[in-house]
Amino acid sequence: MVDRLLFDGTVVLYVLGTGGFLAFLLLDRPKVARAARAITMAGFAVHSASLVARYVGDRVSPTASLLEALSFFAWAIVGASIVFQSRYRMPVLGAFATPLAAMLLLVASTSGGAAPPPSSVPGVWLPIHVGLVFLGDALLALAACAGLMYILQERTLKAKRGGWVTRRFPSLEVLDAVNVRSLTIGFLLLTLGLLSGGVIARFASGAITWWEPTVVFSILTWVLYAVLLHGRVTVGWRGHRAAVLAIAGFVAVLVTLVGVGLFRVGGHTV
Amino acid sequence: MTLVLLGLNHTTASVEVRERLAVPEDRLPAVLASLNGLPEVEEVCALSTCNRVEVILAVETAAGAEEAVRRLLEWQGVEPTLVESALYRLEEAAVARHLFRVASGLDSLVLGEPQILGQVKEAYAAALRARTAGPRLSRLFHTVFRVAKRIRTETGLGAQAVSVGHAAVALARRIFDDLTTKRVLVLGAGEMAEITARHLAASGVRDVTVASRSAERARALAMALGGRTVPYEALAQAVGEADIVVASTGSPTPIVHAGMVADLMRARRQKPLFFIDIAVPRNVDPHVHDLANVYLYDIDDLKAVVEEGRSHRQREAGRAERIVEEEVEAFVRGVRTREVVPTIVALRRRFEAIRRAELARMAAALRDLTPEQRKAVERLTEGMLGKLLHAPTATLKRLAEEAEGSLYADALATLFELERAADAPRRRGAVSESPAEAAPAPIAARRGQTA
Repeated sequence: MVDRLLFDGTVVLYVLGTGGFLAFLLLDRPKVARAARAITMAGFAVHSASLVARYVGDRVSPTASLLEALSFFAWAIVGASIVFQSRYRMPVLGAFATPLAAMLLLVASTSGGAAPPPSSVPGVWLPIHVGLVFLGDALLALAACAGLMYILQERTLKAKRGGWVTRRFPSLEVLDAVNVRSLTIGFLLLTLGLLSGGVIARFASGAITWWEPTVVFSILTWVLYAVLLHGRVTVGWRGHRAAVLAIAGFVAVLVTLVGVGLFRVGGHTV
Repeated sequence: MTLVLLGLNHTTASVEVRERLAVPEDRLPAVLASLNGLPEVEEVCALSTCNRVEVILAVETAAGAEEAVRRLLEWQGVEPTLVESALYRLEEAAVARHLFRVASGLDSLVLGEPQILGQVKEAYAAALRARTAGPRLSRLFHTVFRVAKRIRTETGLGAQAVSVGHAAVALARRIFDDLTTKRVLVLGAGEMAEITARHLAASGVRDVTVASRSAERARALAMALGGRTVPYEALAQAVGEADIVVASTGSPTPIVHAGMVADLMRARRQKPLFFIDIAVPRNVDPHVHDLANVYLYDIDDLKAVVEEGRSHRQREAGRAERIVEEEVEAFVRGVRTREVVPTIVALRRRFEAIRRAELARMAAALRDLTPEQRKAVERLTEGMLGKLLHAPTATLKRLAEEAEGSLYADALATLFELERAADAPRRRGAVSESPAEAAPAPIAARRGQTA
């Protein structure tokens, strides 16, 4: 039950952190941002402990059920956002990443832990596949957050208004840089994750089941991001268009994850 | 010793009066030194900007400040009658409050403008260089800087653009991250262009190019800004290579067109471009703003940003004033606590002297003690003193924060016949943070006045 306690503690801290970041957006007090960040980091520490307790104590890997997977996904988002926040000195990123993580955990806690399906996949491959995919998705989530902020900041500039909230946002240049950085790393991880999925499919059934919804959606998402990255590198897409596509890509990720996971179609539990 | 501030500012005196009283920078050390030479003046600092002339003094008696101002007027050749009605005179806590407000821009013509803090810092640095700032002023100014910084970080007072130039920089910062790597193109070589370019340069822009119909004026402005010129005919190419374009030519029709910029944006792979069009009539086609990754602000847009900033600053000013009051209270408490320090020091000395005298008197009787026993006697008597003095010391320090605290100090001094004035030697030009050393002797001084 320790892990349940840690999980609930994490949810509480993320919700508190969300409240803190929202207060920062409204009040513009650096102290509030620092407090929200400290609460989120505490939540991240408790979250890490909960994942470890779950894995070491109960031998339940992050691949076991939707609850486990979403929790790991939220953990990766918060972890990546903490890194990006200090790397680009933009506390406001937390105002997007922490609520997202809190929401994922709340969704996860209502779904409950299901027993893992019997699997013929050799031990190490499944965690590698799921871990890579979710780390990649977490970075793509950050790219979407940066994209959303970019669009809001750009709208303020185009509308020639002061922008009470966007005043706290970093410059368009920084937001675009965060977008491209998280996109590149996220896409790389996602690619490796999908490849490892292919390996698993070969082991499990001897062939890849292409028509499975998760597989179809994953490949569609991958293609979307591939087009976006290609556009950035060769045509020089940036700014607005890149931001919109990053958000669209992440919506596709969410559809793949939550939609397919919730309805449990096909061999994927998630 | 008392803190006194005498001065006049943009609300009390006309510019004719202010400019006559203003102390030029090169004369400041001499003025400070001569003011400090007055017998009553312990420490002095002078703040002279285009909007205010103020002298901050630590004086033995308040009359010393009058003398200092009389001398200052004399040197500047200003008749006292001219400034009499404009002059304000503040003491102690009011000095702190005034300087807190000045340094944070609350007392400025343009509410919340940021330059004044630098000017206050420079005034204090000048006093330090002239060795006319001692412990009193150092403590005061360090508090002033801390409070100004606190107001800056805790309120939005200083975060708003106060002029068109500031607004341009603030907008540039919302588009670009690091201005030091950006290129600014100045079109036209007028005064407005120069002011805006200077604001950008002050924010880190290093790469400045100037294009003007008059090659000569372009060269002059490029020299002034540390940049280079580009031929006016190669305008399109220059715009394509710039990140920020400041336009202020006298052209009656737009010189930068939307079609031209659209082509340039393709060539530069959509790298963002920021136009600051301060020319009237406008130099840049307004439709340029509709292009992706291009931002165009004309003079009215910039003025609107400043106007919006002004109303925001006014809201924040209330919060800043509350911080000022809070800090003034803390300052007064600090001063009062320090005021009783000489009494405490004197009390301890007196008791220690008695202890030594008594031990000396008993020397014969204690002669046969072993070294260990002697040490025990020392410790015993010291311990007794410490225990006896602990409660009165702690209580006095606590009571000192109240207005009547000095009454208790006076009572102690009378009861134990303490000589406190001698414990606070006059120190000049020495900066000391140690309370025992830096403490003034206000009660003794006050008595001196009445005697």
